[in-house]
Amino acid sequence: MALDSKVPEGPIKDKWTTYKDKINLVNPANKRHIDVIVVGTGLAGGSASATLAELGYNVKAFAYQDSPRRAHSIAAQGGINAAKNYQGDGDSNYRLFYDTVKGGDYRSREANVYRLAEVSANIIDQCVAQGVPFARDYGGLLDNRSFGGVLVSRTFYAKGQTGQQLLLGAYSAMNRQIARGKIEMFNRHEMLDVVIVDGKARGIIARNLVTGEIERHSAHAVVIASGGYGNVYFLSTNAMGSNATAAWKIHKKGAYFANPCYTQIHPTCIPRSGDYQSKLTLMSESLRNDGRIWVPKNLEDVKAIREGRKKPTDLSEDERDYYLERRYPAFGNLVPRDVASRAAKERCDAGYGVNATGEAVYLDFASAITRYGIEQAKIHNISNPSDAKIYELGQKIVEEKYGNLFQMYEKIVDENPYKTPMMIYPAVHYTMGGVWVDYNLMTTIPGCYCIGEANFSDHGANRLGASALMQGLADGYFVLPYTIGDYLADDIRTGKISTDLPEFETAEKEVSDRINFFINNKGTKSVDYFHKKLGNIMWNKCGMSRNAKNLEEAIKEIAELRAEFWKEVSVPGGDKEFNEELAKAGRVADFLELGELFAKDALNRNESCGGHFREESAEESGPQKGEAKRDDKNYAYVAAWEYKGEPANAVLHKEELKFNDIELKQRSYK
Amino acid sequence: MSGILNSSIARKFAMALSAFFLMFFLLQHFVINVTSIFPNNGATFNKLSHFMGTNALIQYALQPVLIFGVVFHFVMGFVLEIKNNNARAIKYAKNNGAANSTWMSRNMIWTGLAILAFIVLHFIDFWFPEINTKFIQGDWSGMHNGQLRYFHELQEKFVNPARVGVYIVAFVFLALHLLHGFDSAFQSVGANNKYTKGLKTFGKLYAILIPLGFIVIALFHHFNH
Amino acid sequence: MNLTLKIWRQKDSKTKGLMVDYKVTDISEHMSFLEMMDVLNEQLVNTGEEPVAFDHDCREGICGMCSMYINGEAHGPDRGVTTCQLHMRMFKDGDTITIEPFRAKAFPVIKDLVVDRSSFERIQQAGGFISVNTSGNTQDANAIPISKHAADEAMDAAACIGCGACVATCKNSSAMLFVGAKVSQYALLPQGQVEAADRVLNMVAQMDAEGFGNCTNTGACEIECPKGISLENIARMNREYLSASLKG
Repeated sequence: MALDSKVPEGPIKDKWTTYKDKINLVNPANKRHIDVIVVGTGLAGGSASATLAELGYNVKAFAYQDSPRRAHSIAAQGGINAAKNYQGDGDSNYRLFYDTVKGGDYRSREANVYRLAEVSANIIDQCVAQGVPFARDYGGLLDNRSFGGVLVSRTFYAKGQTGQQLLLGAYSAMNRQIARGKIEMFNRHEMLDVVIVDGKARGIIARNLVTGEIERHSAHAVVIASGGYGNVYFLSTNAMGSNATAAWKIHKKGAYFANPCYTQIHPTCIPRSGDYQSKLTLMSESLRNDGRIWVPKNLEDVKAIREGRKKPTDLSEDERDYYLERRYPAFGNLVPRDVASRAAKERCDAGYGVNATGEAVYLDFASAITRYGIEQAKIHNISNPSDAKIYELGQKIVEEKYGNLFQMYEKIVDENPYKTPMMIYPAVHYTMGGVWVDYNLMTTIPGCYCIGEANFSDHGANRLGASALMQGLADGYFVLPYTIGDYLADDIRTGKISTDLPEFETAEKEVSDRINFFINNKGTKSVDYFHKKLGNIMWNKCGMSRNAKNLEEAIKEIAELRAEFWKEVSVPGGDKEFNEELAKAGRVADFLELGELFAKDALNRNESCGGHFREESAEESGPQKGEAKRDDKNYAYVAAWEYKGEPANAVLHKEELKFNDIELKQRSYK
Repeated sequence: MSGILNSSIARKFAMALSAFFLMFFLLQHFVINVTSIFPNNGATFNKLSHFMGTNALIQYALQPVLIFGVVFHFVMGFVLEIKNNNARAIKYAKNNGAANSTWMSRNMIWTGLAILAFIVLHFIDFWFPEINTKFIQGDWSGMHNGQLRYFHELQEKFVNPARVGVYIVAFVFLALHLLHGFDSAFQSVGANNKYTKGLKTFGKLYAILIPLGFIVIALFHHFNH
Repeated sequence: MNLTLKIWRQKDSKTKGLMVDYKVTDISEHMSFLEMMDVLNEQLVNTGEEPVAFDHDCREGICGMCSMYINGEAHGPDRGVTTCQLHMRMFKDGDTITIEPFRAKAFPVIKDLVVDRSSFERIQQAGGFISVNTSGNTQDANAIPISKHAADEAMDAAACIGCGACVATCKNSSAMLFVGAKVSQYALLPQGQVEAADRVLNMVAQMDAEGFGNCTNTGACEIECPKGISLENIARMNREYLSASLKG
């Protein structure tokens, strides 16, 4: 099947408006005869459920957590971008569009990104109307901060809990519809397969995670909003339960999976402390507004610090290497995430890592505290303030801005970041790749949509900070509810879909068989054993920098690990009960397939772009020496993989990316 | 409107209102009792007591209200306690209440019961004889042996050291009850603002000084009869 | 360090539960409490026993899923943290740690340490929202200035993660801090004014119907709340409720 992105004709500025004007709609009376299933209730799924229900569709929403409010969107800290230009600093839809495409290293679809920028301002209006308590200035108007990779302040925020507040906004909109009976909410349910009838997605098979019952649910369309697959690395900033199962199941039933190798490694996470570690904690990128990243200049100092003979504060300015400021004078500490992460890895690989594991760099607030302190002293007319006074005044400002993050750091690491620099290291955070969708956000299965982080669409090979929230809500509130109408307009006479159809029976049997296998397979190793092993392979061979040899090894090792998994996995307990090990087993089984496709995709893409860095493809000389080198001639396409049994047999389909409104350039932050 | 009668918040509110009334009554009671230690051999005390004991408004209007207030406060206290207990069917094997709340706040029912027991004693001591004299025997004169009887009756009660001991213990319980109850009543009616800090200090003073005052009065009469 | 754990085990909502003793060894002080539980579970799985079921998800203190009552306190002995942020450095070698589920009639146990908090969902559904359509056809976000003070206070109330520590901690299993926080968030913002009266009446009615106890102002909830939600929110709810019921 040839990939048709269905991008409308016309100038980019008018595409979405013109398209909306022309697509089919379902009249209000008919909407109540149409059911839509939404899997996942984070920002994308939650906002889509609420809006679809409000339009009049009957929505069935599914979450594996005990409430939609717990979806992992809640953990996003920093903010949400919108081209409001409230600061009057030259922002516009075009600039947001441009920044996003450039930040994504020219691997995203222009039309989708422009639409995203276009609706971004609306998101802020919507959220404020819902009662989201965004930060405000003393005049009562909305405040903004700046994020990596851009030259304007367009990020709206609610303390360090923007994701939480936006999610609670969407959740409140859902609650309103649940109360009206328009959304039927299935908490603690996990989708285990999609049901396809006559080539169209017509329902899902779900497991009630409390009772273990397998349930059939039918609908006229299925929307997957189940988030990213970062947990394929075992250690990531994702929630423990975050999984790729829903996305992977639809992939196996015909949805192409695009660019799995595009993974974002976030530069500012708390370094790991031991083998028992279950997850990594992110510290908001906003910290890079004021924090300066450095490692010691001399290896002797590194050694002294690791052995505890010296403290980081003992080192003078001359003995420190502020490597981001050195390498990227224009953007300094605010380079995009992929660049910052690779730079940290480069220093640590060269032996400059500052903790026992050798995998940590400093994020230092001392100069910010001093700068703010002097500023405050001036404001308060304190002449000749002492260093201690300056420090005290400055600390207060830093505390106001990042207090909750500093507190979180101290709780985890047991060090006071006001007194000694924080230690940070990159960690897997977000996956730009995902299920391939067209301009309507429909997958290659008719009637099956995919939104939010689960799809591949808007961020190309790298996502800018504060753009994930924007995309999730744009898809859910403003894009999908329109585009799905175009498809459902043909379904007004279909009537209720019966769950007694043989297709449901077959799908349910497949699901039950797999569960029975896990319960009855008396293996010798726990699910986590395999998950950790997979994570190790992924991190070591498909991590921040990749090469052909490692990727080939990874493909082989993952396939072997998968074979061992199906022989040796041990799942205690029964199937008709609350059984977390059983749920985990199913998820890890899917990760074991996805991981291999990931490596295969990374191997195929022999260029460096965004989060995907191939050692074979770096600038060899000139001022950009060592930086990522894109290959637009050969790789300006979306790699969409079709499932054909084993991941090794997956077939590549290319969606060529055309850039009419942006000139392809090397991404320079120097 | 129905919520105002039987919702959780309405019950809190009613509890607080009755508490305000009782705290006001307590203050009034205290003020009168203080006069019993004035160096005029009970003259002021007798005058005030006679007024309180014979004024129709007080006897026929405020006294029933007071009794209703006391009974309501207790009954509501029990109702809430039972409801609150039912809200947790299985108790914790280990609960460290001291880590996050004061002993007083967690034991209002026990300090309350102790106060209830004291009120029974107090009624036997003072109130029943009063009712007997006035309403059964019909003697509204307030006179005994040619002088107002109140001060003398008061002095007599505090001869017995055991009774004084019981009174002291009861007032300690009252103090404990008030230490939580005072602030709590304000919080229940929704007063939590910039004045709260000052109010809390005042509440602590009230909760300690009033019962302490009653104790001082009891001891005074015990040692000065 | 080596620890003895006394953990509530309960097969399902219908079966009676009991406390069971376990031993874990070589626990690092840098582990989070849940990572210590992972160690125990890995140990149980490897010996063919059923692992201890407990709720957890984000493991960074924001999702509100984790819900353990540790040594007599919700989320354990540290302050301003959820169980996933509680670190083992709060304990000593040789300690015995008692671990129970959050207990309240309105939070029935599903299994072991997992409880059903859907009562919170129903309270939110009763009015925890502003009835604005999600079409995006609203006025510009800056059309109504909101004082920084009100916005900050609303944010402080909105920081609630819905974990239920307030209920678990309260000697009366009262949910007033949770409900008060939501009522407050909207009551403090102009957008929330339109439905303020109905909202507080409906949410409180649902709270009562769920079987939560009454608030006796012990203040324990505020102390144990991982997000430091203030008691002021309960006072504000009381005010809102009283004025709403008098108007209604």
